[in-house]
Amino acid sequence: MVEARAADAVADAVSGAGARGVLARGLGRSYGDAAQNAGGRVVDMRSLAAVREVDADAGTAVVDAGLSIEQLVRLLVPMGLFPPVVPGTWHVTIGGAIAADVHGKNHHRDGSFCEHVEWLDLLTPQGQRVRVTRSDDRELFEATAGGMGMTGIVLAARLRLLRVESAYVAVDRERAGDLDDAMSRMSERDDDYRYSVAWIDCLARGGRLGRSVLIRGDHADAGAAQRSSSNGALAFPGGARLAAPPWTPSGLLRRSTVRLFNEAYYRAAPAREVGRLEHMRSFFWPLDSVRNWNRIYGPSGFLQYQLVVPQGREDALRGALERLSDAGCPSFLAVLKRFGGQNGLISFPLEGWTLALDVPAALPGLSRLLDGLDELVAEAGGRVYLAKDSRLRPELLPAMYPRLSEWRAIVERLDPAGVMRSDLARRLDLR
Amino acid sequence: MRDAVGTVQSLLVLGGTSEIAAATARRLVADRARRVVLAARDPAGAEPLAGELRSAGATDVEAVRFDATDFDSHRAFVEEVFDRHGDIDCVLVAFGLLGDQDELMRDEAAAVGVVQSNYAGAVSVSVPLVERLRVQGHGTIVYLSSVAGERARKSNFVYGSSKAGLDAFAQGLGDALQGSGVQVMVVRPGFVRTKMTAGLEEAPLATDADAVAEAIATGLRRSADTVWVPAPLRIVMSALRHLPRPVFRRLDI
Repeated sequence: MVEARAADAVADAVSGAGARGVLARGLGRSYGDAAQNAGGRVVDMRSLAAVREVDADAGTAVVDAGLSIEQLVRLLVPMGLFPPVVPGTWHVTIGGAIAADVHGKNHHRDGSFCEHVEWLDLLTPQGQRVRVTRSDDRELFEATAGGMGMTGIVLAARLRLLRVESAYVAVDRERAGDLDDAMSRMSERDDDYRYSVAWIDCLARGGRLGRSVLIRGDHADAGAAQRSSSNGALAFPGGARLAAPPWTPSGLLRRSTVRLFNEAYYRAAPAREVGRLEHMRSFFWPLDSVRNWNRIYGPSGFLQYQLVVPQGREDALRGALERLSDAGCPSFLAVLKRFGGQNGLISFPLEGWTLALDVPAALPGLSRLLDGLDELVAEAGGRVYLAKDSRLRPELLPAMYPRLSEWRAIVERLDPAGVMRSDLARRLDLR
Repeated sequence: MRDAVGTVQSLLVLGGTSEIAAATARRLVADRARRVVLAARDPAGAEPLAGELRSAGATDVEAVRFDATDFDSHRAFVEEVFDRHGDIDCVLVAFGLLGDQDELMRDEAAAVGVVQSNYAGAVSVSVPLVERLRVQGHGTIVYLSSVAGERARKSNFVYGSSKAGLDAFAQGLGDALQGSGVQVMVVRPGFVRTKMTAGLEEAPLATDADAVAEAIATGLRRSADTVWVPAPLRIVMSALRHLPRPVFRRLDI
């Protein structure tokens, strides 16, 4: 592990990499092995976290790659600005957000993170620092966006920002009785909302398969937020957070308790509620308020599985949900969302429907269940998310990522010696 | 790379004609293993298994020569396997001789042969093996030990003592490798019905090669240090270990 105290240190780490190669690591929140490099060098990017420039008039910021979304949000919101795309945890660096081309609740409308990157500074595997813009270096840009760190190390980027009047989101909630209901409501009215997701009950079966709570909203205007907050519309409180202690009982996530939780969550949601103000923190990053929340899964931990199937293959999504519900997969964090188009060559999002869920690793038969889902998804022309993957069968990768060969050719040209390496790349024969 | 649910993608088997090794290779290929190197004194004897593994989906299977007691060849053997095949996720050390206790006590050369193979051979090949695994920063070595090494019995103590040595070596190695990314798993089967034990009287809790393979796959998934097959043997052996010698020597085991 090498600490990136300055861009020069990163360059030294890359030029001095041995046979096992080098990899940049941010906050390490990928669920799988994307930020690991067994036997090789890993560059800890967290100290490279300066904000170089914020242009409030143009609505842009130039930031170092090790800056976290949390740091960026805390800086920008009081200025009435917001990152254009935020993932479900704010413990993600800008470099990580680019490498995984992360998406947020607004993908159906605003696309993924890299769509809002004007340029990025990349340290290539050969040790050159180059400024990559989407228009002038389209190929390299598209290989880097979602390229899982294999094109080099991102040092800095210029982001286009969103203007906001408050730190609040005006949220509409409604219940959908089954999957068709949820999907048709999302298809019909998603475009009216910047942010839209559905929490979905994976244990509901039969006629109630896919029953959901739709959660949709947009940034609240200053007037509305002023009325509900005494601290000012743009206030962003820090302060104490909850924590799951080490002795958290590991039996919490049994099928019965999750069933109870899901039932209660569904019932507690109003049939229809409009314009409720919710602070950004709880709307975008609810789990970040509970430190070590992963402990509820006990010592054997959990896997995260996220798939996307293209528009028109809703049948495959239904099939996947049926299998999960038949297997009694106790997930209380299952999210359904509509995606817009694809960005990078091997970026995850593609126009269609994505389903993300947590699965306890100790679930019997889990490997076979997920292998079966992979095949279903690949057959439908869909894919799983590399930043979350930890167990995909490598043979399925080319089917899931049809532009993989284009990407591979670029990476091969850029890095013939194979300097950039990761465990994920080794496991999946990515490059 | 081993994935998050412990399935391995590449496997090196030392003792590729052993039945337990064959069952384990089949089991791991059924999961994800795609590259398999079967090392045996007689590589031709491992060819049928190699063919079987290929038709089960393994893409890169090779049978190579390996002699557990040709110590001088071990380093070059390990270098060649890693140079040709790249990262190895799991190494199964499965070679071993049982021998007939009475015969071994009449033929010192044969007795030394058992010890050379089961213990010295395993130590010898492990040294270069560990070097390469440390460099790659990941991987699991699975040592096939035996309950016979847990407490010496008059009916098979030459074999048992060789396994006791192997078992102690593997435990110490596992602790020494903490933090290196390399793991060691010790597997202690009881009586396994194979050609090695054909004709012997079955012991209680006897098992078969497929059960051992399944237990190894489960152990890999859990990153276990020690695996007993079947699991209740752990309790049985714990009780036997504490039996006073005068009582133990009267047992007909």
